[in-house]
Amino acid sequence: MTFAAGDGVRVAERPHTGHHRTPGYLKGKAGRIARVHGTFTNPETRAYGEDGNPRLRLYLVEFDGSDVWPASTRSDHVYADLFEHWLEPVS
Amino acid sequence: MSDHHHDHDHDHPHDPVGRAGEPAAAARVRALEDLLVEKGVLTHEEVRARIDWLVSRTPAHGARLVARAWIDPAFKERALDDARMAALELGLDPGEAPQVIALENTPDVHHMVVCTLCSCYPKALLGPPPDWYKSLPYRSRAVSDPRGVLEEFGLELDDDVEVRVVDSTADIRYIVIPERPAGTDELDEGELAAIVTRDSMIGVAQPSTVH
Repeated sequence: MTFAAGDGVRVAERPHTGHHRTPGYLKGKAGRIARVHGTFTNPETRAYGEDGNPRLRLYLVEFDGSDVWPASTRSDHVYADLFEHWLEPVS
Repeated sequence: MSDHHHDHDHDHPHDPVGRAGEPAAAARVRALEDLLVEKGVLTHEEVRARIDWLVSRTPAHGARLVARAWIDPAFKERALDDARMAALELGLDPGEAPQVIALENTPDVHHMVVCTLCSCYPKALLGPPPDWYKSLPYRSRAVSDPRGVLEEFGLELDDDVEVRVVDSTADIRYIVIPERPAGTDELDEGELAAIVTRDSMIGVAQPSTVH
C-alpha cells in the first residue's frame, strides 16, 4: 500500500526478530505522512549481508507529541523515517 | 614460551601501542575489527581511511551551508528540499547518505534532531557526533521530554513555539538551519558561518551571539 503526504497511518504493532529500524516507542501509534522520501534498500536484510533489494518506500511520518508521550504538549511533534511495510492505513 | 626471544626475561605479552588502559568497549571494537578483517569483510586500511575521513569533517562545513541559506533564500529553499545537492553546490562533501534534508527553525517552529536507535548524524557536514548525542539519556529523552532536554542545554522556548523532534531512523540525514540571530545584518557570509555552532545545527542551541 502506497501513501501520499497527509495520509493517516498507524505503525504496525508487531514484534520483529533481528535488526529493524522501527522504534518500539512508535509501534501502534497513529500519525500522518509528512513527506515521501523515495525508495531505499531494506535495512532488515542489508544488516545480514544481503543487498537490501527490493527497495522499499520510505516516509517521514509526523506524530502528535501527546499521542506518543502523555506528558508532551499537543503542539509538539515527533517525526520519524519509517518504511512502508511498517505502516497501515488509518481512515 | 621459550621458542621466541625477548630482550628481557619475562613471559607476559606487551600491550600494543595505544592499547594500554583501553576501556572494555574499545577492546571489543578492536576484536570485532580483527574478526572482520580476518573474514575478509574489510581491511584495516579501510577502517583507517574511514576514521581519517571522519576526523577531517567539522561543523564548519555545515556552518557554510547555513550561512549561505541565511543570505540566499533561493538556496535555502533548495537546501530544505535537498541539502545534499545544496552542499554540492557549495563544493561541500555531503557524505555517503543518499539524502540530506535541512530543517528550518523559525520564530514559530523549533526542530531538534536525534537518532533514538543508534547515532545517525550528518557526519560529513558536522564531523563526529558529540558523546552526548550517542548517550542513552539524550536518545530516549529527546523524544519523551524534548523541552526538558532543551532547557538542560540552556534553551528555553516559549510555550507557543512548536517543537519538532526528528528521529533519524533510516537513510536520511537531517541538519537544522537555526534562526539567524537579530543584529547580524552587517555580518558577511564568512562572519555568519563563524557564529553557526554544531549544537545549533543539531537543534539543541541557538547560534552563538558572541562574535
